[in-house]
Amino acid sequence: MSGPFRLAEGGTRLDRGRPIGFSLDGKRFTGFAGDTLASALLASGVRLVGRSFKRHRPRGLLTAGPEEPNALLRVERGPGRVDPNSRATLVELVPGLAASTQNAWPSVRFDAGAIFDRFAGHLAAGFYYKTFFRPGWAWHRLFEPAIRRVAGLGRAPEAPDPDRYLHRHVHCDLLIVGGGPAGLRAARRAARAGARVILADERPAPGGGLADTGTAGPRIAGETAAAWLAGLVAELDRAGEVVRLDRTTAQALHPSGYALLLERVSDHLREPDPRLPRERLWKVRPRAVLLATGAIERPLLFPDNDRPGILLAGAARAFLARQAVLPGRDLVVAAFDDSAYAAALELARAGARVHAIVDPRPEPGWAARTAAEAGLRVLAGWAPVGSEGGPGLRAVRLAPLDAKGRPEARGERTIPCDALLVSGGWTPAVQLWAQAGGAVAWDEAAAAFLPTRGPSWLAVAGAAAGARTLGEALAQADRAVDRLLAGLGFTPEAEPLPPIEEPEPARALPPWATPELWRRDPKATFVDFQNDVSVADLEGAVREGFSAPEHAKRWTTAGMATDQGKTAQPTALALLAASSVRPLEELAPTTMRPPWTPTSFGALAGVHRSDLFRPIRTTPLHGWAAAKGAIFEDVGHWKRPTAFPRPGESLEAAVARECRAVRTGVGLLDASTLGAFDVQGEDAASFLERIWTIDVADLPVGRCRYGLVLKDDGTVLDDGVVCRLAPNRFLLSTTTGGAARLHAWLERWAQTEWPELEVWITPVTEGRAVIAVQGPQSRLLLRRAVSGVDLSAKAFPHMAWREGWIGGVPVRIFRVSFTGELGFELHVPASRAEEVVETLERLAPDLEPTPYGIEAMHLLRLEKGYILVGHETDGTITPRDLGLERLLSSKKDFVGKRSLELPEHRSADRPRLVGLLPVDPTALPSVGGQLVERAEPGTPSLGRVSSAGRSPTLGRTIALGLVRADRARPGTRLLVYAADRPAIEVELCSPCFLDPEGARLRG
Amino acid sequence: MLEIPCPWCGPRAEVEFACGGESGPPRPADPGSLDDAAWTAWLWNRTNRKGPHVETWWHQAGCGRWFLLARDTSDDRVLASWPIGATPPPLPEEGA
Repeated sequence: MSGPFRLAEGGTRLDRGRPIGFSLDGKRFTGFAGDTLASALLASGVRLVGRSFKRHRPRGLLTAGPEEPNALLRVERGPGRVDPNSRATLVELVPGLAASTQNAWPSVRFDAGAIFDRFAGHLAAGFYYKTFFRPGWAWHRLFEPAIRRVAGLGRAPEAPDPDRYLHRHVHCDLLIVGGGPAGLRAARRAARAGARVILADERPAPGGGLADTGTAGPRIAGETAAAWLAGLVAELDRAGEVVRLDRTTAQALHPSGYALLLERVSDHLREPDPRLPRERLWKVRPRAVLLATGAIERPLLFPDNDRPGILLAGAARAFLARQAVLPGRDLVVAAFDDSAYAAALELARAGARVHAIVDPRPEPGWAARTAAEAGLRVLAGWAPVGSEGGPGLRAVRLAPLDAKGRPEARGERTIPCDALLVSGGWTPAVQLWAQAGGAVAWDEAAAAFLPTRGPSWLAVAGAAAGARTLGEALAQADRAVDRLLAGLGFTPEAEPLPPIEEPEPARALPPWATPELWRRDPKATFVDFQNDVSVADLEGAVREGFSAPEHAKRWTTAGMATDQGKTAQPTALALLAASSVRPLEELAPTTMRPPWTPTSFGALAGVHRSDLFRPIRTTPLHGWAAAKGAIFEDVGHWKRPTAFPRPGESLEAAVARECRAVRTGVGLLDASTLGAFDVQGEDAASFLERIWTIDVADLPVGRCRYGLVLKDDGTVLDDGVVCRLAPNRFLLSTTTGGAARLHAWLERWAQTEWPELEVWITPVTEGRAVIAVQGPQSRLLLRRAVSGVDLSAKAFPHMAWREGWIGGVPVRIFRVSFTGELGFELHVPASRAEEVVETLERLAPDLEPTPYGIEAMHLLRLEKGYILVGHETDGTITPRDLGLERLLSSKKDFVGKRSLELPEHRSADRPRLVGLLPVDPTALPSVGGQLVERAEPGTPSLGRVSSAGRSPTLGRTIALGLVRADRARPGTRLLVYAADRPAIEVELCSPCFLDPEGARLRG
Repeated sequence: MLEIPCPWCGPRAEVEFACGGESGPPRPADPGSLDDAAWTAWLWNRTNRKGPHVETWWHQAGCGRWFLLARDTSDDRVLASWPIGATPPPLPEEGA
């Protein structure tokens, strides 16, 4: 029913009562609940599941787990629910699931890209680097777009993801990664000792590799493996303080012990409760971590070792145990490791015809003898030397090896088969161990990198620590968990290990130990299946001089695919050692980075998307501005009005109108976002003296002073106005964007450098609203609204502040200006802001107070040549560069002062702030454009444009720039050069374009 | 992500903090009396050692206090934290 390769009975995970329809490339298939996409395809006889990344070779399933390099499919579960690059081995079957193959056109069977395989010689590693680097322009315009069309894995989904993803933050005593026998036993010991345990297992059901063993598996305390595992799991599930998570992958383990677990909550459910998230990311702070992450089986190296139908022996065993699927009817087994014999026995008992087991090891061990006694044909001293078929496997070529390991051509035999099971031994999964900062060292006996020294809170047990038998794994688990529990203050009780009936395995022969096999046809012998890296590529890397592991990895891309080379290591490293004639132990393996398997963006983002992506800050006048037709833009986290275009009015026209209103009448700006700090204390004045460049001590109460804040290297950090509210109390008004930075800066000096000063710094930005009232008629407007303040020029001069009332609202009025006009800023309680601004509008309909936005604000200050921190400054600019020497007090020390005396800050090649007048008054220079003498390649840059705009007041374009001081003479003409635009000629002038005497300001 | 023991708030996630870099010697009382070499040495030169390393941290999204923290730069282990002005706890030597 559900496929020709499905057995009539068996399958630990299968629910035969629930058939499930699904499709691959539009073709319909049926599987059962409990199938993975991989097992259902295998049961249906689908061999070809994709084309390889570079050479478009046909590929089939290699594994049954997360390490799968070949079966990467695009999986759709409905609109927006699309996952490219899904491992078919991890996707559990649900009704309606639609999968499609990737990297093939027009179809996976007739793939036009397969032509690339004919040119394998030209597509060797490093091909891109060598071929496409010249001429320079051709990369972006020609080569890259063409390469991107044919290369790449998968397509990104286009519709928004409709699913929900959640994060959970938890603490526990012990986190155990891996629910195999070692992890389960350790969890039970820890639970019995009273520890709070989280046990995370990647698979849908616990038991690890032991759950995949069948009739040839070990017996434990007289029980079958399944019965023994069931008892263990039942006890854990009864224990109160154990959280046992299935389908939960430990994606990252940080050196601090912080772990990220990805739980797949609902993808496998037939009709998930809509309240459930799709995935849940557990952010765990464990006190100790035990890794029982198992091992990954290695494929073998021989010509055409990548043909569909060639798969790992352990994977075949798992498909049989879990889903009662045979990988083929006619099998050959290549056992470089004893575990493959158990697979052969179980598959033979299930009805597959095992035609031969080849084993290159000359001395057959216990496993080989057992297989022979069971009637299987064991060819000791033989190896596979090639495969035939197209695209699926039809036969393997086998040959006996001579005393030197060379295949003897005369004895070669071709055996028809539809599956070849391979095992080159097992690689401990030490990725998380290495991520956490644990060291590994080469162990020749295990033919693997094994964990050595690591953090005290971390331990590793089982196959991940190199255990070869179940007994060894359980003993390791006890030792490891007892050490961790002792460190946490728990005392586990003595508990004997169960008696286990299992053979002692003979030493495996790793795939790289048979050079006569992989040197036969290096271009057709694959190491990293997913990135299509062959033996020839690695040998080529050494020839090119890239013999260091980090270099070879980048040159060949071995280990850089989405599987990070889980089935390719340490084979690739061993081939590198062999090709460069170095001992393997001298090569340090590269560290696999988080995440362990590809992770959805949704899981990482959690609820932080759309409006919850980051905080949105709105001012108390946001509603007023919106009602006035403001269009808003983001300034940091703030929403600020760009401008207030009237119906039918363009943005540019609105900005010009707003500017004219401020220059001729009165404008209103919401300046509530400006950083504000209340600074109090006995030493407040002396503290600010040390921070600000201006004199503060002699500032009278009621007055304000503009100055700069420098870093101690002399560069400008921020600017702002210091207002003295009382002898020991100041208000600082600073920039919007720098407020958080300045807060850190003030606290830092107050707390770390001068803790003896009595000073208290309180950010008060959000407690009040600030309405800037600017323009020649601003005084007229305020006279109608404000009571209790003499607003005359004589009584209330520029850079002073007063307290008064607008209606029943207390208001602090600061006579300051960022426009160059007569102007005031009203500071009012946040809750009364709309009331105040509406009062102003109501009292002066004839004056038409005009709301203006930050575009107009920028233009108005540009006309005056006022600097804007972040435009005219960039972290390298000093006050002298800006022509602001007048703001540097000579009477005191301040942060940054000493550095201004350094010769480097006084040299002639320092930048200098200048005005730039385009010779063509309609041409607008690009901000960031380079100032040069000639628009020719190789011309040195003399500076850059920092701000530019179309001045409505002057009726022309203007700009500010920073030019080498020795070239900053007024009247000099330079060109503004910006990529892909015509050069613009500009004439240097004073940075102040309007009212240089300040008559308007002081009016 | 580190877990940082704030001397006032206890262990908290690293995202709540901002690092202020290596804790250097105190700022000279009279920078004007220093020659350029002495001044720039104070300004720029840090030990940046491999091993125990004393840094300033700010509990920005918490109590707002700056404090000192010793971290082993070779393995990112947090060794200790203490308030400004307090006596630092004994720290392991480099490589210990």
